[in-house]
Amino acid sequence: MTAVAITGMGVKTPIGLDLDTYWEGLCSGRSAGGPITSFDTSEHPVTFACEIGEEFEVGAYVSAKEAAHLDRVTHLGFAAATDAIADAGDLGADPARIAVVAGTGVGGLLTLEAQIATFVNKGAMRVSPFLVPMMMSNATAAFIAIQHGFTGPNFSVVTACAAGANAIGEAARLIRAGDADVVIAGGSEASITPVGLAAFHRMGALSRRKDDPAHASRPFDADRDGFVMGEGAGFLVLESLDRARARGARVRALIAGYGRNTDAHHITAPSPGGDGAVRCMQLALEDAGLPTSAIGHINAHGTSTPLNDASEAEAVLKVFGGQAPPVTSVKGATGHLIGAAGAVEAIASVLAMEHAVVFPTANHEHLDPALGPIDVVHGAVRPLAAAPALSNSFGFGGHNASLVVVPAP
Amino acid sequence: MDRNEAFAQLREAAVEVLHVDASAVTEDARFKEDLDADSLALIEFVMALEERFDISVPEEELDGVTRVGQALDLVMAKLPASA
Repeated sequence: MTAVAITGMGVKTPIGLDLDTYWEGLCSGRSAGGPITSFDTSEHPVTFACEIGEEFEVGAYVSAKEAAHLDRVTHLGFAAATDAIADAGDLGADPARIAVVAGTGVGGLLTLEAQIATFVNKGAMRVSPFLVPMMMSNATAAFIAIQHGFTGPNFSVVTACAAGANAIGEAARLIRAGDADVVIAGGSEASITPVGLAAFHRMGALSRRKDDPAHASRPFDADRDGFVMGEGAGFLVLESLDRARARGARVRALIAGYGRNTDAHHITAPSPGGDGAVRCMQLALEDAGLPTSAIGHINAHGTSTPLNDASEAEAVLKVFGGQAPPVTSVKGATGHLIGAAGAVEAIASVLAMEHAVVFPTANHEHLDPALGPIDVVHGAVRPLAAAPALSNSFGFGGHNASLVVVPAP
Repeated sequence: MDRNEAFAQLREAAVEVLHVDASAVTEDARFKEDLDADSLALIEFVMALEERFDISVPEEELDGVTRVGQALDLVMAKLPASA
């Protein structure tokens, strides 16, 4: 089977807008949680999130005119994708053989909200003609192709919190199938909006620790009480290992396995006993042809909600028969990037291999005893010989996606 | 409002909505070729004119409007004569 290489990566996250800063942020154990500054939260019971501040300048990537006609979700996604392409060097590919697969949870929510307000206040004839192209979930995939001239397969994956991982997995399959020579794959999200915040809160999904937002996202911790909204994007450049070598590209790691399935149980709650997640991890390991003993660490979905972390811990212990490798979660540091989470987390797994350490789960202090004997890396980085990693993403809707990332051969 | 005054207002709207230099906005300028305004941008521009001049421009009246001067004609025809 065709080996799929990762030859480029780019991130825009609340703890770093480039790979080095992102990695340093993950290793520091610092969390980006803080009071929301982009809108007035005085009417909201939850007032904090992990935002990307004004240090992100979309003007470095697109003109002011283009930026005005793109939602923030595309600003972030396009910027991360463009960084990934630059990281990959000269692709030397026929543009018709370059694909784009971009995940998102909700697409251009900021634009949609603003335009609904315009409709309500000013009427139908004041709704922007750019509302549809700005809000549609496939806008980021389309814009990446338009700007870079990539005319190969192009689509969006919309599987909530699993979208970023699904996008990478489906992209790997495009390479294996020979449908594309290069795929730009990842996810982006910008749903920290007044209505978005209220909606996630009303589900009971968000942490209410507003007196201490920097310690609110605490995956697998005994005192966790919900997730913290994050925003951002992660993109990778994938191509066959043979092709990457032939063009002299730096191979950062391989996507060796991909599992995806669905709980078919409940629109938001995980299946009992984590059964969907169990099967998903097994599918990814089977796809990679690796035994559980080969996995060096697990990059957990680890949202910091009571339910997800309990279910995921149970699933991990079932898959690994009680001998689970160290587990870590990016979300203590970044909050939950929804449709971008799986992408920035796969990138974190690659960086962990490159540095031969596992980064700590920010804010994790005391393992919830109800979770069983999982080994959550916390407090400081832990040295670990480069070994395959399993990166989990589980989305509302019951969508599960697991990726097996292995070190460059 | 005389034509010069209306043009100055229209130019401001074009700079703001179409992201072009004021110097590019002349009566002869073509929306598509000279100001890089596609059909969506043109609708957004007309919306800005409607707000600025407090007028209403039905979509069918935009047929055949390709130059800035034509848009100005449209605006002038809708402004109250006494103003």
